[in-house]
Amino acid sequence: MSTPDIWKDAAAVAAAIDTMTERLRARLKRRGIEHPLMIGIHTGGVWVAERLYARLGLTEPLGHLDISFYRDDFSRIGMHPQVRPSYLPVGVDDRHLILVDDVLQSGRTIRAALNVLFDYGRPASVTLAVLLDRDGRELPIAADVAGFSAGLGADEQIKLNGPEPLLMLRAKRGASR
Amino acid sequence: MTTPNPQLDAQGRLRHFLTIDGLSRELLIEILDQAEGFLGVSQQTVKKVPLCRGKVVANLFFETSTRTRTTFELAAKRLSADVLNLNISTSATAKGETLLDTLRNLEAMHVDMFVVRHAESGAAHFMAAHAAPHVSIINAGDGRHSHPTQAMLDMLTIRRHKLDFSRLRVAIVGDILHSRVARSQMIALKTLGVPDVRVIAPRTLLPARVEEAFGVSAYHDLSEGIRDADVVIMLRLQRERMNSALLPSEHEYFQLFGLTEERLATARPDAIVMHPGPINRGVEMDSQVADGRRSVILEQVTNGIAVRMAVMSMCLGNQHLGRQGQEETGHA
Repeated sequence: MSTPDIWKDAAAVAAAIDTMTERLRARLKRRGIEHPLMIGIHTGGVWVAERLYARLGLTEPLGHLDISFYRDDFSRIGMHPQVRPSYLPVGVDDRHLILVDDVLQSGRTIRAALNVLFDYGRPASVTLAVLLDRDGRELPIAADVAGFSAGLGADEQIKLNGPEPLLMLRAKRGASR
Repeated sequence: MTTPNPQLDAQGRLRHFLTIDGLSRELLIEILDQAEGFLGVSQQTVKKVPLCRGKVVANLFFETSTRTRTTFELAAKRLSADVLNLNISTSATAKGETLLDTLRNLEAMHVDMFVVRHAESGAAHFMAAHAAPHVSIINAGDGRHSHPTQAMLDMLTIRRHKLDFSRLRVAIVGDILHSRVARSQMIALKTLGVPDVRVIAPRTLLPARVEEAFGVSAYHDLSEGIRDADVVIMLRLQRERMNSALLPSEHEYFQLFGLTEERLATARPDAIVMHPGPINRGVEMDSQVADGRRSVILEQVTNGIAVRMAVMSMCLGNQHLGRQGQEETGHA
């Protein structure tokens, strides 16, 4: 992996989160959703969700989700070393959920997150909001709201760095690995 | 010790879980952290996660147990593994099959993990030494030697109440001599950095040189031993293991070593009381204490499921390394 450089600085990330906020607000209004439950995916998704949550002035407590127990690569790489308990303070049954993650690439994380959510109950709807919607999809999953959209090289990795300030780093997967 | 730990792979990751002895503080903390993650699964409407789907776990209990076997079974099921419960007294071993033959036959049925309880110390180690490279062994209690998942569920219970091990005074009361639980607890507590571990028992129920061997201090008086303790762990009086006259009577044992609210007064006001179960009420402790506000005995049961999920998933998750090794050496 090469030394990462800054792909989007703190100001760009903050502006993108503002854009996401406006798009989410418009979407909720269009659909007549008044009290959505927002749920961030560990770790980067929670950082983004915390900001969206504050900007949207949501009232229901913010949930977080760890998808380690639902990953599809367990039999290949084993347990994830840093599992945090999922925290869903309010029942998801018949609720409108906003699922938040930092980067949508293969779609495997979202697949796993949806499975976690459905083991907690049967939501009325799930909206997917991501900070970066990029190429490389391996599953039929799409973002409803995105801060950035980008086509990147297959060897380029974008990572959200946080919790304060939030900025996005780019590294190239290479021979130095 | 220079021989590699048989529980760990070349990268130091858990392959089998046989004993606390020889495991690092980091690894014990990793087990506790993973277990914390699994505690949340019981809050889900669907109380299981798909982590070990398609894996087969066989419970091999050569010694009776209700709680341990049930919680292992539940742990495996919450990981979505398939579980075989082998009732050994009615199985082929009663017809003379050896332990190794039992292992080979179950391996041929593609069992991925064996949870073993046996009256002989070292039975789980023996099975681990002879198991195929992609099979994991979990020790669910072997003779007087070790009961590592019980010790870890106790550590999880202590950490959830006391947060930090480095300032604790922990007293273990009862039949230390016959107790694999006490052995595993003493090693786990010392590994996790508990500065003051005390064992309290009549002289006949303490192993020789316990203080030097485990770095604990021994007491023969209950009130004295639990003075200012943060945690009081009561052990079960192992009636079935006591064939010699180590005690005059259970009644007299209770008079001297039974835990009552009165005696508990010397411990810290926020002390917690633990017991691995099953309790002999009126022998090790009074019902008032067992059901009292300081008792965390039922939490231990709940935590036991999470700890067993953690250990099982860590071992099963590291199995791909065994398989890779097997392929590399051309045995696949």
